[in-house]
Amino acid sequence: MGGPVEHKVIVGLEIHVQLCTRSKMFCGCAVEFGAEPNSRVCPVCLGMPGVLPVMNRQAFEYAVLAALALNCEIARFTKWDRKGYYYPDLPKNYQISQYDMPLSANGFIEIPVGGGGTKRIRIIRAHLEEDAGKNVHSTGGFSQVDLNRTGTPLLEIVTEPDINSGAEAKALAVELQRIVRYLGVSEGDMQKGHMRFEPNINLIVTRDGTEYRTPIVEIKNLNSFRALERGIDYEEQRQLDEFLETGQVMESGNKTTRGWDDERQMTVLQREKEEAHDYRYFPEPDLVPVELAEGRLNEIASRLCELPISRQVRYVKEFGLSEYDAGVLTGERATAEFFDRAVESGGEAKRVCNLLTQTGLKIANERGCGIGDLGFSPKGVAELAAMVEAGDVSATASAQILEAMVETGKEPRVLAEELSLLQKSDAGELEAVVEQVLAENRQAVEDVTAGGKKSKKAMGFLLGQVMQKTRGQANPKVVSQILAAKLGGG
Amino acid sequence: MEQLSAKALRDRIAAGETSSVEATEAILSRIEDVDPALGAYISTHREMAMERAADVDRRVKAGEPVGELAGVPVAVKDNMCTTFGATTCASAILKDFHSPYNATVVEKLLAADAVIVGKTNMDEFAMGSSTENSALRRTVNPWDGARVPGGSSGGSAAAVASRLCYAALGSDTGGSIRQPASFCGVVGLKPTYGRVSRFGLVAYGSSLDQIGPITRSVADAALMMNVIAGRDAADSTSVDETIAPVCDYLEKLAIPVEGLKIGVVSEFNAGADEPVREALGEAIGVYEGLGAEVVEIGMPRLDYAIAAYYVIATAEASSNLARYDGVHYGHRSERARDYVKVYTKSRAEALGKEVKRRIMLGTYALSSGYYDAYYLKALKVRNLIRGDFTEAFRKCDCIMMPVAPTTAFGIGEKVDDPLTMYLSDIYTIAANLAGVPAISIPCGFDGNRLPIGLQIISPAFTEDRLLAIARMFERQTDWHKAEPTVSGGH
Ligand SMILES: [Zn+2]
Repeated sequence: MGGPVEHKVIVGLEIHVQLCTRSKMFCGCAVEFGAEPNSRVCPVCLGMPGVLPVMNRQAFEYAVLAALALNCEIARFTKWDRKGYYYPDLPKNYQISQYDMPLSANGFIEIPVGGGGTKRIRIIRAHLEEDAGKNVHSTGGFSQVDLNRTGTPLLEIVTEPDINSGAEAKALAVELQRIVRYLGVSEGDMQKGHMRFEPNINLIVTRDGTEYRTPIVEIKNLNSFRALERGIDYEEQRQLDEFLETGQVMESGNKTTRGWDDERQMTVLQREKEEAHDYRYFPEPDLVPVELAEGRLNEIASRLCELPISRQVRYVKEFGLSEYDAGVLTGERATAEFFDRAVESGGEAKRVCNLLTQTGLKIANERGCGIGDLGFSPKGVAELAAMVEAGDVSATASAQILEAMVETGKEPRVLAEELSLLQKSDAGELEAVVEQVLAENRQAVEDVTAGGKKSKKAMGFLLGQVMQKTRGQANPKVVSQILAAKLGGG
Repeated sequence: MEQLSAKALRDRIAAGETSSVEATEAILSRIEDVDPALGAYISTHREMAMERAADVDRRVKAGEPVGELAGVPVAVKDNMCTTFGATTCASAILKDFHSPYNATVVEKLLAADAVIVGKTNMDEFAMGSSTENSALRRTVNPWDGARVPGGSSGGSAAAVASRLCYAALGSDTGGSIRQPASFCGVVGLKPTYGRVSRFGLVAYGSSLDQIGPITRSVADAALMMNVIAGRDAADSTSVDETIAPVCDYLEKLAIPVEGLKIGVVSEFNAGADEPVREALGEAIGVYEGLGAEVVEIGMPRLDYAIAAYYVIATAEASSNLARYDGVHYGHRSERARDYVKVYTKSRAEALGKEVKRRIMLGTYALSSGYYDAYYLKALKVRNLIRGDFTEAFRKCDCIMMPVAPTTAFGIGEKVDDPLTMYLSDIYTIAANLAGVPAISIPCGFDGNRLPIGLQIISPAFTEDRLLAIARMFERQTDWHKAEPTVSGGH
């Protein structure tokens, strides 16, 4: 014992993503959150005698699309299996899932790790399955079952244990949320349980040159980014403390399951020993295998788009945007695409970015809509950006104009004129005003020419006087240049 | 009138020469007389039947078009869901189960204007070869009240043989249509897997189950096939009609097969009792008299069919029957105090001995560590048997063999010896494993005047030819006209 101790946390994730199909995976029931319990059910999802499942093609295509975005190899022949276990929220007492021939495997996801860098997390597989219902534990000494969720299509994604911190796990989760939203295959709404995480966590502890692996802990059913991050961080410390105290290492059969107690911000033991789960998988005889033809696969692949992370990196590299701004712009596909189109229309990227992030998104958020629904076009924003760039309007005025564009739907230049926000940049006209101001403020002129501390302040005062005389319509840049020329530096 | 074929009765009703009310009343009265001793029906539906019969008569009178089974009293095995009455599967666990939907075949019967008079007895969940495993009723053989009617569709076969309906539906997982048809001296057809929708058929072995007709003549089987065959969007395993079109089976019936080549596996057939072998030989002789050629074929893997069948069927059954847990419907134990006890006690109380045996067999075969040795190996054997059939059908148009090694055995004779009971399925199981169609037609009697059946097996989706081949024999013989002396209480 004793000696320096180093450790590294190793995390693999199992993620369930609810696909946003209109109907369930194997029946025609609507997928709907918050409906009256057991009102979105039919004989098929209730598992009544003699019923048969029919595959939802939309769900299959969504799953393939997501798997493509996760760089997975897509199986051209895939089948369904039954996973057997008894639980009241599973009416058939088996779940239709995919066992040995998942629809996709061997992919990866790039996650941001700060400093503009990314890290690649390998994905073992992604497959489709049906969700279970919900057990509602009431206080009367009995439980109730709501089967509205039963049969909802889920994409299960399993990563390699390539994640080395709670922050990385969170980054992956956020990135995955952006991807599925970009593709339109899931709403990714955490509040509605559209994404659920189950990390498998252990540590590699190095002491006196020897490596030890701590027993694996699985945290069940985390459904917020924060809980995912904190759960892993908590486990990292807990496992280190436990190892230092007991020296216990990983061996077969000592994997445990813990739950996250959000109130106490800690994990709590759920199952001491990993039960020898025997799901008795076997091929689902009620469904036929799915063969994906080349043409169909290509058709699905054509729906792919540039993914958020590569967009984000591109915005930083190509346009010199800050990582923060690039992150905001790529948060939603519609915003990023709006931005791209505005830049393509000739808008200077940083100006467009400022207009969108500082004003456009603010209004969109207030109104609870997307940037594209505000009534101004990418071209209009590009034009406004160009006006700022040319000095025709100030940055402050541009925000005002953008707001007016939302209200009126008019062109930016028309609005700038109507609102008298156009800046005067005509040097000749401005020179006369400057002459007048200099004549009226001898003391300030003296202060400037004297140089020193007072000089800068006096210069600002003179500039302000010119602006006041032009009722703010002078281009301050041009005025500064004229002042400087007349007073010799400044 | 009970002597008419279903086809002849339908035509007379449609022509207004006979009324459906009269025919239905006659059948219902006969059931009331005969069935207390015979036990063919689990439930009868007099009121509904008479209403439907009257409706058909009214439409005939009004000159409206009527369906292919207009006004014909038929019966349905009680493992096919109906919105009228209960669908019990002859099990205590579903004794009071009322289905909110009709099986697709039931819908098709109703659409063809058939009059469903009742639902027939069976082995519990179709598990058995004697109908002795019914938890609700005992059915006896119409030819000898001390003997079994065969099973699992024993009620349907007994009802048809005793003129308690004009035609019936059975289901066949390992011989459950053909063997009782043989024991009762009627025609029983197991169609190709995928030819008839399984939606609403309470599943036993999903990859083997197939619904088919039990009738008094080959022509009536063809008529029933015209009504029930075809693709069903609700059953993914029902076959696309662009790949395997359905046809007018009645129309094709009259066309004898020229240059018929009959495959025979002499070695395999040697295991049957002498009267059965003799009847088979004579039947083949009839075909030879019609110009058919007999070809000796090898089916080396048939010896493994029973073993493979009892692994696959029970494995699927263990999963299919998992849903009967007392949570959502069916029997629930009064003594259960938690959800695990709801499962265990409800199932222990309400599932029969043979059902439990098969669930245990199947659960074992799917368990980790045994899966490869049992289930996977059985699937391989199944593929080899399929190969045997493919190979055989290169040399012949059809294969003829016994339906069962014996004629109807005594009630109670085999109940304590499940293995002997299982072995009685030796000739029927292979067609289920290979998915090919097979028919049993009456071909003689043994010394106790118990009927013997001839089994004819043909390639997948050749029901039209299979029926035509069967009809060739029927035209030459009178076996199908023989009738048991069934008497009622008076
Ligand atoms: Zn449903």
